[in-house]
Amino acid sequence: MWGPVIALAAVVLLGGTACAPGSTPAPGAGAPTAGAQLDQAAYDTENAQRKAAFSGDPAKPYEQYLPGPMASGAATKLGRPGKVCFSNASLSNVWRQTGWITMNQQFLAMKTAGVLSELEVRDAQDSENTQVADIDYLVKEGNCDGYVVAPATVDATKAAIERACATGKPVIVFDRGTTATCITSFVHSVGGYAWGIDASEFLAGKLKAGQHVVALRTAAGVDVFEQRWAAAQKIFAAAGITVTDHLTGADPTKIKNAMADELAKGPVDAVWTDLGDQAVPAVESFQDAGKPVPPINGEDNMAYLRSWKKVGFDGFAAVYSCFQWRTALIALGDLFQGKDIPKDWVLPQTPITRDGLDAVLTANAAMPDVHSARFGGEDLPGYPQVWIDRRLR
Amino acid sequence: MSLRYSLEPDPLPLRVRRSLARPEGAVFLVLVALLVALAVANPNLLEPGQLPRFIGRAAPIVIVTIGQFFVLISGEFDLSQGAVIGAQVVLAGNLIGADDSMILPTLVLMLLLAVVVGLINGLVTALLKVPGFITTLATMLVLSGLTFYATGGAASGNPSDSFREIGRGGLTVPIISYLPWSVLVLALTVAGAHLLMGRPFGRLLRAAGDNETTVGLSGASVWWLRTRAYVLSALLATLAAVLLVGYAGTHPTVGQGYQFTAIAAAVLGGVVLGGGRGWVLSAAAGAFVLECLISLLNVVGVASSWRDTVQGVIILAAVSAVALRWRGIHPRRTARIRAGEE
Repeated sequence: MWGPVIALAAVVLLGGTACAPGSTPAPGAGAPTAGAQLDQAAYDTENAQRKAAFSGDPAKPYEQYLPGPMASGAATKLGRPGKVCFSNASLSNVWRQTGWITMNQQFLAMKTAGVLSELEVRDAQDSENTQVADIDYLVKEGNCDGYVVAPATVDATKAAIERACATGKPVIVFDRGTTATCITSFVHSVGGYAWGIDASEFLAGKLKAGQHVVALRTAAGVDVFEQRWAAAQKIFAAAGITVTDHLTGADPTKIKNAMADELAKGPVDAVWTDLGDQAVPAVESFQDAGKPVPPINGEDNMAYLRSWKKVGFDGFAAVYSCFQWRTALIALGDLFQGKDIPKDWVLPQTPITRDGLDAVLTANAAMPDVHSARFGGEDLPGYPQVWIDRRLR
Repeated sequence: MSLRYSLEPDPLPLRVRRSLARPEGAVFLVLVALLVALAVANPNLLEPGQLPRFIGRAAPIVIVTIGQFFVLISGEFDLSQGAVIGAQVVLAGNLIGADDSMILPTLVLMLLLAVVVGLINGLVTALLKVPGFITTLATMLVLSGLTFYATGGAASGNPSDSFREIGRGGLTVPIISYLPWSVLVLALTVAGAHLLMGRPFGRLLRAAGDNETTVGLSGASVWWLRTRAYVLSALLATLAAVLLVGYAGTHPTVGQGYQFTAIAAAVLGGVVLGGGRGWVLSAAAGAFVLECLISLLNVVGVASSWRDTVQGVIILAAVSAVALRWRGIHPRRTARIRAGEE
């Protein structure tokens, strides 16, 4: 009697867990090139871009860009406030949540300025299928003047994005990019390789050949994490540093178990992480074992920055700029006003180093642990209370 | 004949030998073998304080397995455990925050949530006769949906250090050097569960899993037995959540999949799905076996992308061995089950 019942249960469960909310530790960011292999050309481009001189006011990094081909705004000029339709991959990590809050406040500012009229949002909750349906819905029913898409993955939404392009309205893609070539502009900060290079060069600079790094990876096969990891492998290999990697899903219990085993086994001279969420449990595992905390890299999430300051280890925060969420709206607003925008809008991503740490901590002293320091909304209405309250709905 | 039906217990060595030939006993041999392998692969495990730490980190999954055992032995499943852990972890993170005065009210709320979830699982399953894995699948979805609503799917802040102490801290004691609080909690839970299974409640629960009609006809209330098993399961999942949030901190992924690990651990410990057969201490040992396995794969250095596969294959082999052994012990019952008569 139990055979078929259990088989049925297994089917139900596999389906159930695969789409259970929060089941995928969604990546924060990424550039459009996919695949686990290192793409040398993209690596070299990002390596150059991360130190490049950006055009525009450094006090407004969300408006900076690298010189290059422009998309014309002449044909998209509206002469009235425009309606933005936004298809969002998800809000399932702290980076996306902070970015979404900044984007919302940017919208309010542009509404007051008479540039935008409405922001209709659909959240695909990390499902590519849902996102395709979302984009198609917006194309058919949205009555949109322009589209913003933050794709769940680079390939799956290609056809839907092409249908949005076919309406003749501007389409801005940001964060993870798309393989659809019809889009008006791709807004992103430099990218995953640059992130990986920044973090890994910092750690490699603290170590000697033959020393041992534990790498905590969030997920395999997700392009953003694969790019960060590919850069790390290349840099550590060149420096003669041994790496042991663990896939943790960013689950703090798995991180601590893996670290406990590594610490019991032998020396750990540094910890490399591909996500800020992973760093704090790693710091704790050294404290729990009664050992000094070695260099551990993280991100611009406040939990990591505070732990770095409090514990006093050698830290480094690589950044994937959260303020690109507002740039996506600025791009569309510029087009509605007939202004040209960069076709490939590359934003700066400036890491936080020991020298800059105190200033960042002071500026964000009231912010919650899950806040991203490079949220870029200091000049927007509602600052700072909206980011302190952190209401998503 | 007199020997078979004698009330006198058989001599201890004979009972031990007989036990070790059964899956419930053999799991202890596997555990010892794995611990030896672990100590060989990583001699540091034998240094003072290391073994208690290892037991401490296994405590949450062992506790969850014991909760699952109560439900399994009564003939049902509890798939909501992971979602209960996730919800409780998020509750603790969001409500306590840095404010120590919120610890007590939050703990009361967490207990209340556990009892409510357990009662719903139990009453719907036992009174309305909905299969337990459907009921608990539904409560799992409700709870993970609420957790998602509360967090958006991302991490929230960690609760205060004093709340986390029970999962993260411990006592410095002579001889073993360090005793995590979680080991004490685990020891109390295991002892309590063992005692409970020897009480009328435990005996009736096991009997209800074996033959609910007989138990019902003899005057016991089967639905109330099963409901209490579900409440115990949710309470123990909550206890595990308190330890987990202390050990590692808040994240919506915490607890994910624990129900499956717990079921696998119980089967490995010789608990028969469908109820009626199994020892609680063996189920606990099954959970330790799985934790040792994970640690062994970490220490031996199996490539990270292969670890899940290797772990799955080993579990598959182990539960197959258990099933084969049961066929040897109960050939006729196994045949009836295979024929679909039971």
